[in-house]
Amino acid sequence: MRRPRFGKLGLRSVALTYLALILVGPLAIVFWRTFEHGFAPAWNALTQPDTIHAFELTLLITAIAVPVNTVFGIVCALVIVRRRFPGKGLLNAFVDLPLALSPVVVGLSMFLLYGRNGWFGGWFEDHDIQFLFALPAMVVATIFVSLPFVAREVVPTLREIGDEQEQAARTLGAGSLQTFRRITLPSIRWAVIYGVILTTARCLGEYGAVAVVSGRIQGQTETATLRVEEQYEQFNLAGAYAISIVLALMAILVLVAMTAIRPKEGAA
Amino acid sequence: MSILVHHVSKRFGDFAALDDVSLEVESGSLAALLGPSGSGKSTLLRIVAGLEWPDAGEIVLSGRDATALAPQKREVGFVFQHYAAFKHMTVRENVAFGLRVRRRPKAEIRERVDELLGLVQLQGFGDRYPAQLSGGQRQRKALARALAPEPQVLLLDEPFGALDARVRAELREWLRRLHDVVHVTTVFVTHDQEEAMEISDQIAVLNHGRLEQVGPPRQLYDEPASEFVMTFVGDANLVGGKLVRPHDLELLSEPAGDAVEAMIVRASVLGRDTKVELHDRDGAEVVALLTRDRYEELELWRGQTVWIRPRRERVFAA
Repeated sequence: MRRPRFGKLGLRSVALTYLALILVGPLAIVFWRTFEHGFAPAWNALTQPDTIHAFELTLLITAIAVPVNTVFGIVCALVIVRRRFPGKGLLNAFVDLPLALSPVVVGLSMFLLYGRNGWFGGWFEDHDIQFLFALPAMVVATIFVSLPFVAREVVPTLREIGDEQEQAARTLGAGSLQTFRRITLPSIRWAVIYGVILTTARCLGEYGAVAVVSGRIQGQTETATLRVEEQYEQFNLAGAYAISIVLALMAILVLVAMTAIRPKEGAA
Repeated sequence: MSILVHHVSKRFGDFAALDDVSLEVESGSLAALLGPSGSGKSTLLRIVAGLEWPDAGEIVLSGRDATALAPQKREVGFVFQHYAAFKHMTVRENVAFGLRVRRRPKAEIRERVDELLGLVQLQGFGDRYPAQLSGGQRQRKALARALAPEPQVLLLDEPFGALDARVRAELREWLRRLHDVVHVTTVFVTHDQEEAMEISDQIAVLNHGRLEQVGPPRQLYDEPASEFVMTFVGDANLVGGKLVRPHDLELLSEPAGDAVEAMIVRASVLGRDTKVELHDRDGAEVVALLTRDRYEELELWRGQTVWIRPRRERVFAA
């Protein structure tokens, strides 16, 4: 057996130290702080009605945003890869916009659009629909910030598989819907699943844009992430840590799901 | 089951892929579309299949205008150069695809797939995935898949292009035998004139998007309609401004009439024939094909000066 050279070992230590300092350390401290005084304070914090509502709201928004962005992401990827039309480059660039734009800017721009004096604000007011400081705005903001992930995962896979299989299916008598369901979708399924997982993670963790448009009304428009900050600001550290832990566990669950899927991707 | 291509044109931007091409393929025949790359042969095949739309002209399949018909309604089988295997399906599922989208009864599908796997000699490979097959097996699988829904027309786009030489020759012969059994009107695209000559009843030669000539292999070789066909289908020399087949060149040891002087560079015995390479006075290369008897009778040697005279020659209007 060859002993690893120092360079290799050094590089490995740098990577691991970095991860430990930036990721694992803070997470470990949060864990420790949460359960410092046993499970009871954490449990009490988590079972407060407002906290439960915050989690329910986060899950509800995620449950709406993920399917919407999955469908949009697949359609968008198909259009980007399979169609030729003027302005395609622009569409391609716009899909990435939420990655580049700060969520706070997204929130503010929604204020300008949907606020009382905004372009669409008047319409909502006329129809007696509460948009800002309510579920609709929070959903739209979350959809916006989590929009690119499915499309970004599916585009390279679609490019790689090419369109010959689809053409073959057509000559064999399959219509466009049949071709999509039996050929295209199974070929991109891992990319879609991967994209869905990333989208879910992004939705669960969304803070900035939702913070601006929600109005942060306790028990009404407060999501889990907003609740963490609120508890922290009120010096209810046990509550803040406990909610953080649940959010972190959700993230870890998502990561585990992703790792579980990855090897299958290679075999398919 | 006949195919009629009527004044078809197709442009890709500034590039004229097909320029007013008309062609008829008889029912039950095996036809080749032959031409160099960029000649428009694949485009023509794809237009017949409905995978591309012509800018002008019509496609008539079995007497029915199919120009505006979607590919799935044309009843054509298509075989792609790179197999286009459904990678997430087993060989059986691949072959069954065309029957399943037609919602045929399960028992019928099973029977038909078994029959086809036997026909393409892939019995026992049904549960494998395409990635577990060799190139030749994948292409046979693709053929079985295309034949499963009993298409009116079978179209093959450079079907052997991605295979190595030995498998290629095997499959070529095998396709001919298959065609004798199945009798489906078949058109295949190739840039290999030998492949086209060997297995087709009819060859259509394309060049720069135009149809140069259509005919049985022998006619193309013996009576080429243009300089392009003469040089692309079989070998040809330019002797005294005229095109001559290597075996139509006579070698003389004495000057005679309009015979042209040339020097022997190399002679190689190819079984029954002998290939003699010469340089004419301008240094241009000329190849003559002699029978063994004639070669030995002439007692040729390298560096010898001889006189060459075409027995048969062709001049094409520019």
